[in-house]
Amino acid sequence: MTTKKNYLRPIDFKHGHIDMTHGAGGRAAAQLVNELFARAFDNEYLNQGHDGALLPFPTGGRLVMATDGHVISPLFFPGGDIGCLSVHGTVNDVAMSGAKPLYLAASFILEEGFALADLKRIVESMAAAARDAGVPIVTGDTKVVEKGKGDGVFISTTGVGVVPDGLCIDGRQARVGDVILVSGTMGEHGVAVMSLRESLEFETAIESDTAALHTLVQAMLQALPDPGALHVLRDPTRGGLATTLNEIATQSQVGMAIEEALIPVLPQVEAACELLGLDPLYVANEGKLIAICAPEVADTLLAAMRAHPLGQGAQRIGTVTQDAHCFVQMSTRFGGRRVVDWLSGEQLPRIC
Amino acid sequence: MKYIDEFRDGDGARHIAAKIAAEVRTDLSYNFMEFCGGHTHAISRYGIADMLPANVRMIHGPGCPVCVLPIGRVDLAIRLALERGVMLCTYGDTMRVPASDNLSLIKAKARGADIRMVYSASDALKLAEQNPEREVVFFAIGFETTTPPTALVIRDAAARAVKNFSVLCCHVLTPSAITHILESAEVRQLGTVPIDGFIGPAHVSIIIGSQPYEHFAEEYRKPVVITGFEPLDVMQGILMLVRQVNAGQAVVENEFSRVVTRDGNLAAQNLVSQVFELRESFEWRGLGEVPYSALKIRPAFAEWDAERKFDLHYASVPDHKQCECGAILRGVKRPQDCKLFGTVCTPESPMGSCMVSNEGACAAHYSYGRFRDIAVVAASASA
Repeated sequence: MTTKKNYLRPIDFKHGHIDMTHGAGGRAAAQLVNELFARAFDNEYLNQGHDGALLPFPTGGRLVMATDGHVISPLFFPGGDIGCLSVHGTVNDVAMSGAKPLYLAASFILEEGFALADLKRIVESMAAAARDAGVPIVTGDTKVVEKGKGDGVFISTTGVGVVPDGLCIDGRQARVGDVILVSGTMGEHGVAVMSLRESLEFETAIESDTAALHTLVQAMLQALPDPGALHVLRDPTRGGLATTLNEIATQSQVGMAIEEALIPVLPQVEAACELLGLDPLYVANEGKLIAICAPEVADTLLAAMRAHPLGQGAQRIGTVTQDAHCFVQMSTRFGGRRVVDWLSGEQLPRIC
Repeated sequence: MKYIDEFRDGDGARHIAAKIAAEVRTDLSYNFMEFCGGHTHAISRYGIADMLPANVRMIHGPGCPVCVLPIGRVDLAIRLALERGVMLCTYGDTMRVPASDNLSLIKAKARGADIRMVYSASDALKLAEQNPEREVVFFAIGFETTTPPTALVIRDAAARAVKNFSVLCCHVLTPSAITHILESAEVRQLGTVPIDGFIGPAHVSIIIGSQPYEHFAEEYRKPVVITGFEPLDVMQGILMLVRQVNAGQAVVENEFSRVVTRDGNLAAQNLVSQVFELRESFEWRGLGEVPYSALKIRPAFAEWDAERKFDLHYASVPDHKQCECGAILRGVKRPQDCKLFGTVCTPESPMGSCMVSNEGACAAHYSYGRFRDIAVVAASASA
């Protein structure tokens, strides 16, 4: 009698597609996890193989947790893809409280028929982004929905981080007289994604700015003798700079006065927006932040931002004002004044 | 941006503003109607009102394509999509125009209607060719600027015998709307809307030329300055109107001479008249039935006319009782005079059409200028 060698035919990542068995919890599902996700994300916590990851608990500080669903279309765009975006988005949400991001969890909703080659590309991009950010993906989940009930892949990520005691950065902290800074040019992500949209295709060299901003945040905090002088951090994603400033104004019950001439926008983004009838102030970013700080530290903070690769284009764009109506007002380059209002309706659907 | 920045230059603006301030006579008032939504948008977005003397007042006109679209027309489109199962294609701004039963195209889409936003008429025809099993209808709206592209796709659909494509034509005409305003009781008899001149259409005039306005200047003694949509154009157009008023003149002048000629684009005019003919009457939101103010598809292209193909019958639907869009579109009221403005009617949930498009008087004022109303209130309260 001969014993056959245990053999499992490897997944065909070149020509294969997701089918319903990949989400059924059986052998096919386990094989997908082992050959794709575990191999790509590889870290000691994920390798525990538990349903939940057991993690060392940081001593001191407070825990920060953030979650973000990613439904972007198209999945691949100039400068990135849904994989790295889903890491950057959540790392940034955690970092905007001044926290150091520690761990990520990822949940995938896959559509039956989705090409495994595309999934592999996305997962590897995600793994690379997590590695570069130094934030491991420690647990995850995979589900499959019937063809037509999803759109290739949706990725939901959750992140936790720790913020030192005493640091209090949030949207309610903007004070009258504070200075408003942005870390760079506005609108690249939205325009890069739009350039690929059906019926809108135009050739452009504009790439998404998708990036993890936590090291920039750390550099900013370290540059300040008293980190308490940094009052608000926020990343202007959907709805762009305009909507984010309005959110902060409302939360802090203040007004804002900004100057159009000081807001950095790449000429090619400006041109694309002109063509599409969009306003760059409302177009999404995925690798930029807004910082609001006490006026006396503005120069130090600006210098620290400009010294970091992700903040080279940082600019001071305005100040926080007293305004019971919480208006964000802008002096136009033209010489007039106007409100910069919340985004209304849907300017760019499924941008992240 | 080359060719754009030159027309948005702050120094240039201050230069023209100084000239306007120097030349206006304090014993006169200057009430100018800007016909187009494009001008309304530029005036609000660039804060042009801040740069004008107090006795120069801009009155917003009816030239915003989605604003003048009556509820009944949007209802036709919604029913086509919801009840007849067509794939309905239209320009983005049309999506949120409020219609009957608390619906709009975007809400009908959420109820399962297949409604697509397109950037050009030819994209709608392309969708029809890609989906031969579906009926595709292009909901065509707009003034003379958007009419030639619609004519072109109808001609192409006929040439390529695309049988599953048709057009719901709601194209309207600028000169008849201006005549209607000038003939209205408010302007002619009551004088409640003093109009001392018109900032004439920009893009529309590229197609129809400056000649059609000569009639208004002669017949009604109103100066017209055809003006581009960039803010410096608008400032210059206002200065030219001020000069005509001061000189007691009423002629058509062309500020937008870099693209507008007296005769306009003859090829486009030709194409339009091949495909379209005048409607005897068309209902405008705010203006009511206006004779010979819109276009319909000629019988030769009946196969591509959605009204004929689906046997559609227009029924007029009144606006919300308190909605002042009508009076605002005629220049009788300002957005801030409407009770609904900024309360139940906002860009998020528009009750009236002027709050929908960023070219609409209400949306432009809400989005860019409403802090001025509050500043006025605060100042008088503290005084």
